[in-house]
This record gives sequence, C-alpha cells and structure tokens, in this order.
Amino acid sequence: MTESDHTDKTPENVPAPTGEVQQVGVRQGMFGVHGTGDTSGYGGLTQAKVLPGEAQRPYGGWFDEVADALEAAAGAAGLELGASRVVVHRGEITFHVRREDLLAVAQLLRDDERLRFEFCSGVSGVHYPEDSGHELHAVYHLLSMTHNRRIRLEVTAPDADPHIPSIVSVYPTNDWHERETFDMFGIVFDGHPALTRILMPDDWPGHPQRKDYPLGGIPVEYKGGTVPPPDERRSYN
Amino acid sequence: MSTDYYAGSSETTEGKVFTVTGQDWDSIAEGLAEEADERVVVNMGPQHPSTHGVLRLILELEGETVTEARCGIGYLHTGIEKNMEYRSWTQGVTFCTRMDYLSPFHNEMTYVLGVERLLDIEDEIPEKAQVMRVLLMELNRISSHLVCIATGGMEIGALTVMTIGFRERELVLDLFELITGLRMNHAFIRPGGVAQDLPPGALDEIRGFIALMRKRLPEYADLCNANPIFKARLEGVGHLDLAGCLALGLSGPVLRSTGYPWDLRKTQPYSGYETYDFDVQTWDTSDSYGRFRVRLAEMWESLKIVEQAADRLAKMDGQPVMVGDKKIAWPSQLAIGSDGMGNSLDHIRHIMGESMEALIHHFKLVTEGFRVPAGQAYVPIESPRGELGAHVVSDGGTRPFRAHFRDPSFTNLQATSVMSEGGMVADVIVAIASIDPVMGGVDR
Repeated sequence: MTESDHTDKTPENVPAPTGEVQQVGVRQGMFGVHGTGDTSGYGGLTQAKVLPGEAQRPYGGWFDEVADALEAAAGAAGLELGASRVVVHRGEITFHVRREDLLAVAQLLRDDERLRFEFCSGVSGVHYPEDSGHELHAVYHLLSMTHNRRIRLEVTAPDADPHIPSIVSVYPTNDWHERETFDMFGIVFDGHPALTRILMPDDWPGHPQRKDYPLGGIPVEYKGGTVPPPDERRSYN
Repeated sequence: MSTDYYAGSSETTEGKVFTVTGQDWDSIAEGLAEEADERVVVNMGPQHPSTHGVLRLILELEGETVTEARCGIGYLHTGIEKNMEYRSWTQGVTFCTRMDYLSPFHNEMTYVLGVERLLDIEDEIPEKAQVMRVLLMELNRISSHLVCIATGGMEIGALTVMTIGFRERELVLDLFELITGLRMNHAFIRPGGVAQDLPPGALDEIRGFIALMRKRLPEYADLCNANPIFKARLEGVGHLDLAGCLALGLSGPVLRSTGYPWDLRKTQPYSGYETYDFDVQTWDTSDSYGRFRVRLAEMWESLKIVEQAADRLAKMDGQPVMVGDKKIAWPSQLAIGSDGMGNSLDHIRHIMGESMEALIHHFKLVTEGFRVPAGQAYVPIESPRGELGAHVVSDGGTRPFRAHFRDPSFTNLQATSVMSEGGMVADVIVAIASIDPVMGGVDR
C-alpha cells in the first residue's frame, strides 16, 4: 500500500487549482550588491516576485454573494465584465476590472441594493515598473455600511497611456484622493473636475511616488564624497 | 498697502493686492472704499493662528459672507509614504507615527495591523499586547479630543477651554512618557506586539489619571455645554447631513454628529474591542455643536475602556507583549541601566558570550528585518478623526513596496467648502475646528 492511498481526498482537502499568477518582477541576489563587488556568492540568485493568484469559486463567506450580485447587476446593465479577475488573500477580496468598466462598476457597486457600497475610502496608487503593460495600479477600497462589508477594486493602466476614468461623479470623496494619486504617480483621471497637483507645488517636475523617480544623494564634506540616494545604497532586497 | 514680495503686482491680473500683517486693517477699509466692488479674495494662512495648522484657505467674500471657500494644502508634506519604502517593516512605524501627530498610536496601529495581516500572524499576537494597544489608543483618543476642543475653543476666543484642555492633555502625555519613553512619536506599537512591557507603577498612575479625569471632565461640560456664547457660535454652523457625509467620505465624530452610530470599534472590531463595554456616542444636529458634544461624550467612553484595560493588565503581570515567533519579534529587550535606557545586559551577555546563533539572529533581524509575503492589506481603524487606514503592499521583500495612508483629516477637509460657503467668515473657523484636521496627517 502506497502512501498516497491514505491521503484524504474529500473536496475540502483538495487544494484549489491555482489560478493565473501575477508576476510583478524579479528579485536578484540577497544583499543588494551587484557586479564585481559581490563576493557573497548569492549574486546569481533570482526569485520571482509573485502576487497572490486568481481565486477560484467558491470564494467563501459573503464574497460569493457580492461576486454574484455584481455579475447579475452587470448583466442587467448590459455590461460585459470580460477579463476581470478576483483575488482572495488574507480574508480580503479584490476585484480587478478593466479601466473602461471602472465607472460603470463603481456605479453598480454603490447603487445596487445587494451591493450598496456607499462609502469609498479613496484611491491608492501603486507603481509596478516591471509589470509590463500594467505598470500603474489604482486601488480603491469600498465599504458597504448597509451590509458591513469591505471590498477592493483594482484597475491598471500602462505607463505609456496613464489614463483611468475618474469616479468622482459616483464618489465625490475621491476628488482629493484622485488629485493626490495624479500628483504622486501621474495617473490621469479622465473626467475629474479639476485634476491638479495637491501636495506637491504646482510647478513640481515629476511624480515622486513612482519607482523611477530620481532620488537625491547627500553630499558629505570629506574628499568630495556623497551618501548615495537610498535606492542606490547597498541594502537587503 | 505695503509691498508684497511674494505676490508682486505682475502676478495678478485683476484687482488690488493688500498685504495685511496686523494693526493696519484700516488700509483695507480705505482701499475698498475707493472701489465699488465689494468682492474680496482673502488668503487666510498658511501661517495663521486659527487655521488649525498650516492650512491655507482661499476665501472669496462679499462683505462678510463667504461665497467660495477652497483649501490649499501640502505645506507639511514630508514624503513619509515614500520614505517608508526605503526602511524595514519595523522601521516603518517610526515614520508613520509622525503623520497625524495628535494620534500617533492610531497611525502605528493601522499600519501594524496591515503588516500583521500580510504576515498572517493576526491570531498570534499576545493578549497583553492587544490590551496595551487598546489602552494606549484610548488614552490617545482622550488627548486628541482634548486638543480639538482646546484649540477649537481658543479659535473662538474661549481661552479657558484652551488652557484647561492642554492642562489635561499634559497628564495623558505624561502617561505616554512613562509607558513608551516619549511624549509623542512613540513608535511603540510594532509588528508582532508592542515594544516593551508596562513599567512598574504604570497602572497606579493610570488609575490616578482616571480618577482625576472623572473630576475634571465635567468642567468642560460646565464651561461649554449650556454657555450661550459658546452655543451661539457653534449651533447650526458647519452643517453637513448624513448624505453629505457619505458622499464626501466623512467619518468619525462628524459622521456621528448626524446621528448615525458608525464606529469601526463596534462595527468592525480589531484588537478585541468587541470585549470592552462602551457605547457609540452620537448627536442629531449635524453641526459643530453636535461634534463638540460627541467628542466630549467619547472621552467618557474612552475613560471607561481605559479603566477596563487597566483592570485586565493588572492580571497579566509578566505575560509576553511580543509575538512568540523569533523570526519576527524584535530580539532585544530594553532595560534601565546606570547610563539610562538601553539593551538589557542579560541580552547582551546572551548574544556576546553564550550563543553564536542568538547573535546571528539579532544581527539579521535588526539589519535585514523580516520578509513579508507578497500581497496587499487594508485594515482601517477608528482614529479620533474617523476612518484611518493603511494600504500596505508587499512584494515579498524586507521593506514595504508601498504604504498609503487614508487619513481621515485629508478626506474630511474636503467638506470645508460645503460647510462654510454662504456663511460668515467667522463661521469658517468654527466649521474647520469642528472637522479637527491635523495637517501632519493631511499632508503626510
């Protein structure tokens, strides 16, 4: 008798098939040194940076109710939610939607009585420079006070075309949040009433939270030396 | 009318520019008398004693009526979120505690909860650490509300409210100093627990504080609640109803002043808030007076929670305050030595004289830190000003890939226009004070 015969094969014990994983980059080495200076022996090490993969039905708990309600509402509104993914990780559910669907989805999430996400906690930008074609992510956290549920909505845009529709018309609170995300990442929220910088000065060049934003070093008064910028310093990675 | 070096006449295309720095208000009256048009645009702040910090207000006035109010922010932007991307996960606490400087523990807490969720150690945090977090957060809520009421009082001329508010806040800061070593910017709540155990005698001090506050909190009610001048300045000012609050994303006392009992401590409890006995305070007037009453009542509730937490801590002597996982928990313990606070001599002896592995662990954890599995988390908490949340993103490395804070001050400040347009200039101050924005949190 082989070992595998004893394995419990009840449905809840079989691991769910892994969905498509999302790789957002590669980690190299261990100690942040590259080239000839690397004597650690770990310089050739490469590890993929992988975000949690797509979830499979059933998502569990009320996640399925929300997903069903969203699909049904989208169907009734004649909206085709193609290429949308759902990620469930650490007890939080994320709906990835195409940017062209964002405004319609937000409207459904707020107004459909099975969904009723009446409170938006703003938008947070994330820049994944190595996630080619989807470098810029805009992440919205929505709260339904009626049902006491929280979901996350994620939209991406390529660096070459950093446009995402504004949802200020649905959630007026996102006015300043979208301005901040534009300020920090350069994501242009189409349809925003007045998309200007909010935290940085009006004439500031560049968008500081982007990973490719150049950082400054610190000159030291010793034989013309400088402390290199933080992203060029040797550090664990 | 004096020379304005910062806004020369070449920079404005219409109207006259008046620069008034005090005592020369007559020049404006005279200047305006010459022009029939009464429309004036006033730049209030960013340096102004009653804008609650470095907030710049751009007010368009018709006489004394505000026809348009806009906020200019960003004067306190320090790039905290960007800085956190170049420090380890534990060091991140040191940065985010400085954002909303009146509620440092809440900033730390929401970030730490996000990190703990990504680490999947939410259920392993020791009970004592959770109770200490609740204790500190509720003390912090009291000190924050005291500053709100104190500065709000000062801005309308009620100076006694200011002096007694800061008097009591000092007592809370003394407790913080006793427990964490610092009055502000504590960096005390760390991923996995809290930095160190309660010092001896802390519970007695806390009990003494509770007893004293029970005597002194009624003073605020006596001074303000039925004071006709105070009520005349606050009642009906800064009105915003429930629909307006939800559309603009307002939370905290502003939302509760509409009568809607939404408090994340009750609705989505964290750190064991569901096990404490307290009530959510509401008011039904949707105005500045209601927000004042909500804050006053919340201090009593916080006092109740602090008392319960102190009772629990009395039974937890010697229990751990940091998660047991030695790959996450900060290795060293602090102790008071002959030259002040530092690493405990027992620990130094252990790593330097007894165990090479302990030395390696200490070194790796302190320099490299721990890795957090890739993913993102958002665990909002009820800060004194409303929903405070950290969107924490990890790519599996030893540093945050991105940490974004949804600060309630930032969001709530958007309501300035809708709260103050159509009212008097003097009411703008009251409306903003009732939002209680902390510019450190707004600008981060």
